[in-house]
Amino acid sequence: MISKFALGAAAVASFYASGALANTLDDVKARGQLNCGISTGLVGFATQDANGDWEGFDVAICRAVAAAIFGDPTAVQFSPVTNKVRFEVLNSGEIDMLSRNTTWTYSRDVDLKLEFGGVNYYDGQGFLVPKALDVTSAGQLDGATVCIQSGTTTELNLADFFRINGISYEPVPITTAAEATQQYLAGACDVYTTDASGLAATRASFADPSAHIILPEIISKEPLGPLARHGDNEWGDVIRWTLNALIAAEELGVTSTNAEELSAGTDNPEVNRLLGSEGDLGAMLGLSPDWAKNAILAGGNYAEIFDTYIGPETPIGLARGLNAQWTDGGLLYAPPFR
Amino acid sequence: MSDTQAEAALSFVRHEPLPPAPPPMAYRGPVHRVRHNLFSSVGNSIMTIAALYAIYLLVSAIVPWVVNGVWDASSIRDCRAQLDGKIGGCFAVIAERWPQLVFGNYPKAQYGRAMLAFVLLFAALAPLLFIELPRKLLWFTGVFPFIGYWLIWGGTIWVPILALVGIVVGYLVFVRLERQSFFGALMAGLLAMALFWGLLVGPIASGLASLVPLRLEPVQSREIGGFMINFILGTTCMALSLPIGIALALGRQSDLPIIKAICVMFIEFIRGVPLITLLFVASVMLAYFLPPGTNFDLILRVIIMITLFASAYMAEAIRGGLAALPKGQYEAGSSLGLDYWQSMRLIILPQALKISIPSIVNIAIGLFKDTTLVSIISMFDVLGMIGGPILSSTDWFGVYWELYAFAGLMFFVFCFGISKYSQYLERKLNTAHR
Repeated sequence: MISKFALGAAAVASFYASGALANTLDDVKARGQLNCGISTGLVGFATQDANGDWEGFDVAICRAVAAAIFGDPTAVQFSPVTNKVRFEVLNSGEIDMLSRNTTWTYSRDVDLKLEFGGVNYYDGQGFLVPKALDVTSAGQLDGATVCIQSGTTTELNLADFFRINGISYEPVPITTAAEATQQYLAGACDVYTTDASGLAATRASFADPSAHIILPEIISKEPLGPLARHGDNEWGDVIRWTLNALIAAEELGVTSTNAEELSAGTDNPEVNRLLGSEGDLGAMLGLSPDWAKNAILAGGNYAEIFDTYIGPETPIGLARGLNAQWTDGGLLYAPPFR
Repeated sequence: MSDTQAEAALSFVRHEPLPPAPPPMAYRGPVHRVRHNLFSSVGNSIMTIAALYAIYLLVSAIVPWVVNGVWDASSIRDCRAQLDGKIGGCFAVIAERWPQLVFGNYPKAQYGRAMLAFVLLFAALAPLLFIELPRKLLWFTGVFPFIGYWLIWGGTIWVPILALVGIVVGYLVFVRLERQSFFGALMAGLLAMALFWGLLVGPIASGLASLVPLRLEPVQSREIGGFMINFILGTTCMALSLPIGIALALGRQSDLPIIKAICVMFIEFIRGVPLITLLFVASVMLAYFLPPGTNFDLILRVIIMITLFASAYMAEAIRGGLAALPKGQYEAGSSLGLDYWQSMRLIILPQALKISIPSIVNIAIGLFKDTTLVSIISMFDVLGMIGGPILSSTDWFGVYWELYAFAGLMFFVFCFGISKYSQYLERKLNTAHR
């Protein structure tokens, strides 16, 4: 009830908010720091270390945007927001952007008046089941109890999938991944469903991961990405092209270690344009010429960020899969810097 | 004649009572106690054995978990490696993250300030809680909210000092007009205070701060978290809701129809709405109604909402106390020639509040625990800290019970303390002739 009301109010408010806060980039520059909405905690994507510093795959996007604007990856004020309030907080103007494993959908883009700045992680919804259940395919889940995070697209996908296949199920709503893990391990639900990245992290945290399997079915497309409010295209461009710069940097072989060196000038004109030694791409965005170099130096290019927080070397151990460059058979395809 | 016959017939007459003998073996000692209390009937015996078995199960599950617990590890995987299949808690997460559990993201260098505020809080509460202490200490209690604010949030000292001056101004206005009408003087005092705060504090504080800086490193509200925020919310809202609750309770019993209607509507509305709804309004909806760019501190918004919520309940608890007083008490006040405020202050409220103590304490404990609801609006109180950043960190994902047990223990210590104190207070104030 409240969320419906809030969504309606969000839609209404976004009209005047878009007028009142038309130039987000100027506001951010005047403020001296970026207000970035992140998850209150998601393994690998947004976590806090013992010193209270935020880190993770989604957090790295915020830092890259801050670095692109200010040349300083620490000029970010992180606002952890829950699933339930994330869009209201964004539309009310409390945060400038949201980088919080949010799925890009039609209604969020069009109806909720949000502007997605591309996709930083291609995910899909899967199922985690105990091996003891002797289930090998999602088609065998008739009558199962399913742990599912409320207020997310996974809830809707699940309903769609089971309706199409004519299977009955009983949802057990939960709020956080940690709670889901406990409910699942305690046997409160037979199946835990969420994005496959989350399932892999959950399974990796079990004392005995081999007793659980992730079913082969991936029942949804979950393109996760950073987003801003409708009505400020210049600001949307800053987010979109910062993300594209990180992806293009991997494709062009620019890393945090060699970016400084390459920015002196190379034989590859696209690298030169990206790093600001040729052309004036930065000025078109309203940023300094070395904006992309700063974004890359913040946490590395896409591959470096991926490997640091969620890659095969981390306890979470996600493979690149769909998130490989298009040249490696993945979906990452940054438009040309020209 | 008959006497001598009788004496002759009796060979022995005892002139002293028998010395008391110890009860027979079957009716004394531990054996008897056990039999009498635990195995007095078949039903009792079964219950005893079942209870013993349940205790055994609990102890055998919890004791190894605590005893084998790992206190020094870098991650949950390290914990599991050290435990090597044994049952045991991974308490290393508490050892590593306890500053976050207690202080949230409060700057590390400033922990001392928060601790000082915490210690001073008890110094300030002491004269309120224990009547034996010299009354002069109440001065410190009155000043503490300003010291506490300054220590925790930092910034220039002139803002809290001028806020205090505002209260003094309001008090002086009140004293000057009190002779004419208590209520009118109260309103005039509050108005003077609000005017002073609204118009003068800002400019004077910045002026004085530029002359004599006297400032602590400012701390943002969003950095305050952990158990600290539960404590700030609990104590502040409790302290504010008691006077507001008293005013509402008196207003509800008032003969003035408008005041009565306002109080009844306020109480019934607030009691009819869940606290979490009010918190959502505070965190999300208010931003829509305020002009863009207004930065209305989130903790302040939450304090206002929880205070409103608690004062409605407080009002009903105190109304119960007022209703329990016999009508003669009110009439006694009138017959002594006291006006309404005097009779309330001197006769009615001291008795009504004493009756209400158990309910007030009940609300205080409930309020303290309700402060954990702020984790739902993305504030990192102790539960928000556990459920969010700590449980989702790559190192500790999968630890669960250890952290919640720790939070539960902290809450238990304080709630049990409040409860024990209230029992002491009731015994102390027990002047009824029963």
